[in-house]
Amino acid sequence: MSLDIKLLKKESLEQWFGKISASGRRILAPVERGGKVLFEEVSSPAEMAGDYIQTTLSAKSAVFPRCEELFGYALEGKEVKLEERKKEPQPTVVFGCRPCDAASFAILNSVFSWDCPDELFKQRLDKTAVVSISCKKSDQYCFCASVGGGPGDTKGSDVLLTELGSGDYLAEVITDKGKKLVALAPELFGAAPAEDKAKNLAKVPKEFDLKALSEKLGRLFDNNEFWLEQSLGCLGCGACAFACPACVCFDLQDEGNKKGGRRLRCWDSCGFALFTLHASGHNPRPAQSQRWRQRVMHKFGYLPDRLNYLGCVGCGRCSRLCPADMNLLEHLKEIMNRD
Amino acid sequence: MENIYKPYLMRIEKVTEEAPGVLTFKLVFVDENEGRQFEFKAGQFGLYSVFGEGESTFCIASSPTRKGFIECTFRQIGRVTSALARCEEGDTIGFRGPYGNVFPIEDWKGKNLLFIAGGIALPPLRCVIWNALDTRENFKDVTIIYGARAVADLVYKRELEEWGKRPDLKLITTVDPGGETPDWKGQVGFVPTVLEKAAPASENTIALVCGPPIMIKLTLPVLAKLGFTPENIFSTLENRMKCGIGKCGRCNVGKLFVCKDGPVFTLAQLNSMPPEY
Repeated sequence: MSLDIKLLKKESLEQWFGKISASGRRILAPVERGGKVLFEEVSSPAEMAGDYIQTTLSAKSAVFPRCEELFGYALEGKEVKLEERKKEPQPTVVFGCRPCDAASFAILNSVFSWDCPDELFKQRLDKTAVVSISCKKSDQYCFCASVGGGPGDTKGSDVLLTELGSGDYLAEVITDKGKKLVALAPELFGAAPAEDKAKNLAKVPKEFDLKALSEKLGRLFDNNEFWLEQSLGCLGCGACAFACPACVCFDLQDEGNKKGGRRLRCWDSCGFALFTLHASGHNPRPAQSQRWRQRVMHKFGYLPDRLNYLGCVGCGRCSRLCPADMNLLEHLKEIMNRD
Repeated sequence: MENIYKPYLMRIEKVTEEAPGVLTFKLVFVDENEGRQFEFKAGQFGLYSVFGEGESTFCIASSPTRKGFIECTFRQIGRVTSALARCEEGDTIGFRGPYGNVFPIEDWKGKNLLFIAGGIALPPLRCVIWNALDTRENFKDVTIIYGARAVADLVYKRELEEWGKRPDLKLITTVDPGGETPDWKGQVGFVPTVLEKAAPASENTIALVCGPPIMIKLTLPVLAKLGFTPENIFSTLENRMKCGIGKCGRCNVGKLFVCKDGPVFTLAQLNSMPPEY
């Protein structure tokens, strides 16, 4: 697909939003809520949060809701009736997520689509377009450049906007979905600006080599002391998993009574002690250190091995939100420094 | 749209109490068409659900050679199994499956089969046992060594009686010392000890071992002593699962999913896996 570069004036955003909304698409964009920046439905760019490095939670819930009904059931005597979701998900534009979040959708998709494709997920993903905004700033928690991304990386975005010195946007139209969004208001998109994209991007250094990391991990599994040391602070609260744009692990739960109810798929975390607990009381990962190891191994070892995707985009949310101040980047660097 | 989480509706045709707290359900498809199309192989498992309570994972304990129904055997222990135990004949439950890999029975033609099971772990092997007995001409000697803590804890008692009478099958039952009753005619002793005494030939033999971890741990050295190689010893793993189809992220042992790469593993495979089960 040929990359199409355009100029989008800052003041044209409002009109573009209007056209997108008028087309029946809902727009999810970062909004400031009590000191947090969260994705919510908006109708105007004026509602969007202004100055933030990263949203508090990721845009994951647009395609993988925190809690989703898989089907409903109704009981009548000994008969059971199952009711499937009839309404198709509403077409959605995730607007203003960072390139790291845009890249995370493919990771979620790799898990949901392998072997036994999950149509509930695919329906949402197919109806979701991503207009991301490049990062002008980063902080000490960001490490996208170390995991194959970058502050202006186009992977996963349908349109990528980069704010130029003037406040206008350089718009890279990357996919057919992106072209369709631009086609809603082609008059708003002018000729490519002369200004260089790269000079308007944050500088995120590459901190480690992925191949070397994977080799180190392969040898570290049995080093219990190492994992214990790394995880000493871990409270097992699961904040990292809930904030992570690439964490897929979920629970299936029933909600209802003897007359009717529904089966739900809800986010879960490998950091919880109950996650792997058998009914017998046996737990294959009884210690927090083993659960921490699972988290790191799953993202940087198992997923790349199995599905060719790294389970991390370097957004840094897990570290920003950790109540015990655990820092994933520091932990990965520590792994790299092991002989 | 195909909803991979939507279960088949199954009617409980028969409930059998196998041992204290252990029940077998015979299940038939509410939709006969689904039942006709349903196929599975020995070793596979499914997720059984009581609506409003949730799903629980067990093997399919009946043989694929017996069509028109499936059976599962479970111990009442958690929320879902307790809800299942409250079900009556005629009730409707959910079933998703068949999932997971299979015992490579077709590769075992012309070989001897040695089944070693302990307690509630006979169900995953019962599926293979009946499959082998229903295609008996494909195999040479068939031996079953089955033990439980006490006589009452032996499951499939009527089938044990039936197997004991068959001339084409050697059945050894045993109970732990102290678990025998006055009229107990089987052996008294732990499974590994009984296995060592019976000393079945390892040549051209496949061993299938399922049981509590301690039984497996002590049985494997005996099998090695008898000359079984890790490639010819099979077992099944069970880890907690939610989806059964490689997505929910909890049954993995290292990078392997019990639900996709298992539940059937050879000892050679288990030896190369981290102890996360």
